[in-house]
Amino acid sequence: MGENMEREKLRPKTISTDRNSASARSNPEREIKTGHLEPEPNSAPTMAIDLQAVTMIYREKTVVDSLSFGVKAGECFGLLGPNGAGKSTITRMLLGMATPSAGKISVLGLPVPGKARLARAGIGVVSQFDNLDMEFTVRENLLVFGRYFQMSTGAIEELIPSLLEFAQLEAKADVRVSDLSGGMKRRLTLARALVNDPQLLILDEPTTGLDPPARHQIWERLRSLLIRGKTILLTTHMMDEAERMCDRLCVLEGGRMIAEGPPLSLIKDIIGCPVIEVYGGNPDEISLIVRPHVERIEISGETLFCYTVNSDQVRAKLREFPGLRLLERPANLEDVFLRLTGREMEK
Amino acid sequence: MGRFSTEALPSGLLNWVAVWRRNFLAWKKVAPASLLGNLADPMIYIFGLGSGLGVMLGNVGGVSYSAFLAAGMVATSAMTASTFETIYATFARMRDHRTWEAMLYTKLTLGDIVLGEMAWAATKASIAGTAIGIVTATLAYSEWDSLIYVLPVIALTGLAFASLSMVVAALAPSYDYLVFYQSLVITPMLVLSGSVFPVDQLPPMLQRITHLLPLAHSIDLIRPAMLGHPVPDITLHLGALCLYIVLPFFVSIALLRRRLTQ
Repeated sequence: MGENMEREKLRPKTISTDRNSASARSNPEREIKTGHLEPEPNSAPTMAIDLQAVTMIYREKTVVDSLSFGVKAGECFGLLGPNGAGKSTITRMLLGMATPSAGKISVLGLPVPGKARLARAGIGVVSQFDNLDMEFTVRENLLVFGRYFQMSTGAIEELIPSLLEFAQLEAKADVRVSDLSGGMKRRLTLARALVNDPQLLILDEPTTGLDPPARHQIWERLRSLLIRGKTILLTTHMMDEAERMCDRLCVLEGGRMIAEGPPLSLIKDIIGCPVIEVYGGNPDEISLIVRPHVERIEISGETLFCYTVNSDQVRAKLREFPGLRLLERPANLEDVFLRLTGREMEK
Repeated sequence: MGRFSTEALPSGLLNWVAVWRRNFLAWKKVAPASLLGNLADPMIYIFGLGSGLGVMLGNVGGVSYSAFLAAGMVATSAMTASTFETIYATFARMRDHRTWEAMLYTKLTLGDIVLGEMAWAATKASIAGTAIGIVTATLAYSEWDSLIYVLPVIALTGLAFASLSMVVAALAPSYDYLVFYQSLVITPMLVLSGSVFPVDQLPPMLQRITHLLPLAHSIDLIRPAMLGHPVPDITLHLGALCLYIVLPFFVSIALLRRRLTQ
């Protein structure tokens, strides 16, 4: 329910920032897909990524702990977890840049790291940190990167106009990257990741550090890629991003998977009711009074989370405490994380 | 080890060219300043030391001191151009600018990247060495046609020092350690290898060390050629330079793999 409201709010924004009206029009189709319906029975999904009991031990610390998950072709799969949960290590392992201590990885049907180079030919990567060539222009960045895939200058130059259009950077083609805004840089990084026409995109915290309009622009671009049939692996510590973008996701903590499924199902199964956040007052004292009227209570720092279907009743009880601030909202992935780990995710 | 061979070594004969072209494109944007930087140092040596010491020393081994020094400076400029490119510019691309990280997302392997960087450093060495060669030929310190013979040796010298510096860059935690290499290895090598005075002026023990230094082998190939003399032990010197290219190349790849893929 919460997600539908979210999407309703989002839709006008998406269209207003989208110059490619065809893809904007087709967005509702995509939204049906992200409504977590079962895949059509006749589309036998092949696995784009398959991890089996993957463990990574680094300096005697277990960074990834016996992790298994699969990403189907054409879906957007999220790795959601706080910093240090092992998300970046997983993406590095998928690219063959780190070797697992145990377990098996296959990417686009190829064993990794054994055939990582071949696998990378079909992967596009957007990393958490900008690694564009700052002294080059937008166009030069695309050209130079295409050459790393052994593409000819002619072939890359043919592609550049469509990549610039995708990144909405047509007017900036000959501007140095160091003069671009953060959002523009990230859109260029995304366009650069498409130069080899990859089947799979690995995006490591793609909107971290961007302001809300820039984040929406990136999300909208990612949706258009999903419509084109690309597979996306998205790592994020942002709940709203995971909820908006992912068909399925896996919640990570300390290198272990603590939940997996479509975001809405996770929220429904694990929380299943709206939340009232209570600020101010003594959380322990308040919880004693409202506990009989709520499904569950979580306390995180000074904030009390009341999970309840009887919000009116709970609100009435809370009126006994003067000076409280209340926020009632649908449950989200943040609540799932709090429920599973007993703590809020670090921002 | 199987993994090492496919993922760390060069993936093809010429895939490194993409890395070289990236660096060339970056260099073109700052070429005049970069050239000036490469040329200033050896020119100051040739004109400063050459005119100052040249008067006192007269002839060295049958030629003017300036001609002797100029030939040494061709090799030395190749050494410094290649070393500085690797320990500063390449190090920055590897660590600070994350340029290598982006390259590793593609069909390039670590081996392709290292090879491309080394080829680029050797190119800069060749530009610097050739420019000094042209100046010395113009000043009639050397024969014009000797440049054709000297150029491949300059390139080999560039590759050898790029390869050695790559090991240093792979090991260095920060820029401070690169300065150590510069002042504790490169500068002593300049003094001991016969670039500014003949090696036979050194005590016998130091002369033995000299025979191990890559710059000494480079100078032993370049100087006689530039002065129009026959070059003794060509195979030995070329072999030594090749050894300095190949061995550190593999060592650096092993070290960089450990540093970057964890």
